[in-house]
Amino acid sequence: MSERVFMKGAEALAEAVIRSGCRFFYGYPITPQNETPEYFARKLPLVGGLYLQAESEVAAINMVYGTACAGKRVFTSTSSPGFSLMQEGISYIACSNVPVVVANVVRGGPGLGGISPAQSDYFQATKGGGHGDYKVVVIAPSSVQEIVDLVPKAFEIADKYRTVVELLLDGVLGQMMEAVEFNYDIDPNSLPEKPWALTGAKGRKKNTIVSFNLDPEKLEQMNLELKKKYDEIEKNEKMWEEYKLIDAEYIFVAYGTVGRIIKTVVDEEREKGIKVGLFRPITLWPFPYEELRKFVDQAKFFINVEMSLGQMLEDTRLSILDRKPTFFYGRTGGVVPTTVEIKEFFEKKMKEVG
Amino acid sequence: MEVKTIYKYPDSLEKKVTHYCPGCHHGIIHKLIAELIDEMNLLEKTIIVWPIGCSVLGYEYFKVDSCVAAHGRAPAMATGIKRANPENFVLSYQGDGDLASIGMAEIVHAAARGEKITVVFINNTNYGMTGGQMAPTTLIGQKTTTSPYGRDPKVSGYPIKVAELLSNLEGAAYIARAAVNKPTRITQAKKFLKKAFNAQLKEIGFSLVEFLSACPVQWHMTPLKALERIENELIPYYPLGEFKVKEGVE
Repeated sequence: MSERVFMKGAEALAEAVIRSGCRFFYGYPITPQNETPEYFARKLPLVGGLYLQAESEVAAINMVYGTACAGKRVFTSTSSPGFSLMQEGISYIACSNVPVVVANVVRGGPGLGGISPAQSDYFQATKGGGHGDYKVVVIAPSSVQEIVDLVPKAFEIADKYRTVVELLLDGVLGQMMEAVEFNYDIDPNSLPEKPWALTGAKGRKKNTIVSFNLDPEKLEQMNLELKKKYDEIEKNEKMWEEYKLIDAEYIFVAYGTVGRIIKTVVDEEREKGIKVGLFRPITLWPFPYEELRKFVDQAKFFINVEMSLGQMLEDTRLSILDRKPTFFYGRTGGVVPTTVEIKEFFEKKMKEVG
Repeated sequence: MEVKTIYKYPDSLEKKVTHYCPGCHHGIIHKLIAELIDEMNLLEKTIIVWPIGCSVLGYEYFKVDSCVAAHGRAPAMATGIKRANPENFVLSYQGDGDLASIGMAEIVHAAARGEKITVVFINNTNYGMTGGQMAPTTLIGQKTTTSPYGRDPKVSGYPIKVAELLSNLEGAAYIARAAVNKPTRITQAKKFLKKAFNAQLKEIGFSLVEFLSACPVQWHMTPLKALERIENELIPYYPLGEFKVKEGVE
């Protein structure tokens, strides 16, 4: 069943979604993720699916909400300003306990920003985004193959916990072409039934899906139920990669595209005999705090690198708890840091700290 | 003597006391919907999307599958439900603030797409639930908590005639405006509603019935005076009738 093809990240994402048994896409065009909806527009009708272009991101996420309530796998993708517009819907979806997978191909912000790749939506993705006490599972691949591998996992987590799962990508991953292998093709009809879904009250009592309770005590209870679910997700669903960390004295922390860039930095520094490694969170929420903390004793210092002015840095520091120096290097506004500038920064810090 | 049932509590309604204010028309309109669900044998396939507003708790009163949309987004959510399961009968129930203000884009585009959903639109010319503020449908000169000197078109523009507006869209299969302030009007409203249901069931396109509805509490009137206001003030500006009937709608 395994199939090796040369594909652009944005298209591999769409293909992976279809092969995950999802047949419904609602979205609104925004750069730099348009190849994803365009791929759906071409392919979904051929497999009995639906590509529907909404009048706005606000409408798109609410169409997603409706299809999720009706018990079908459903997906949308957008980029930063569009993702901001979707936050209203995501808050409602989170409270309603319906499974949804969303991709945000992050571009430079704030405001209209630009169309180049960035990681500056980390706070929005991992710390809420919309109103209320809720969490979103955030998965950040760093290669096209990893997109392909993680998309079915995203749907699995969404269905298992009836929750929102977000794929946090950036323009580099969307535009990059790589050889990828697909080893799955899930038939939507083979997916487990969703007895809670809105399908018409035939042979059963009515189903109701709401995201509110006007009684504060009951609403608190709804929030506590959500919290229980998030605790379970934290316990079971953390993902991360350890790259050359066994003997590392200097540890980079980075995710997504930057994580990939850092691998080159690590390899080149290793060639010089410097004991350096990378810790790459794959789930940004739940963040692998304890897993990173395990390296505190062996490390001389940590460097957190991002395409932002330091957002994941806060979680990195929560892991390290100031027990070792933690430095930050970042570029923002759509600038991708180069291995040369990261190495310069690293070597300067090495000299300073020793 | 043979006993024939000619009037009864609808099977598709839960036996519950509603939270609506005395003289409010939600109750009558709910009953019309429920009677049609019974008569057209739709209980097992209906899904109702409820709005933000006075009828947010509507799901408690019907024995059908229901959900509550974010403010104004009911047509988008209904779209997602209907497209996922086209065999379901999907109804969205919305007030004027919800549909004609914050959700104007969603309703216009659902109609333009010819989305096979039915919308019950309750126009009571104010935001009832939040305390009687001005709505896009508030009449010129009407006093509300946010138009305390009466709605001034120089400041706030003109009331939107939703039925007329949407009837211009090609995707709309059936658009009508009804009132339930008199028994004859209730009979007429049910006929309109049945045609709207049929427009969906026959897969002709989008359908909507606008109801001019009383809000005695926020209008600061007795229920009887509110009925008169519908007759004397609302109907002259918002005429009743059918605005769009595509071929095949019965």
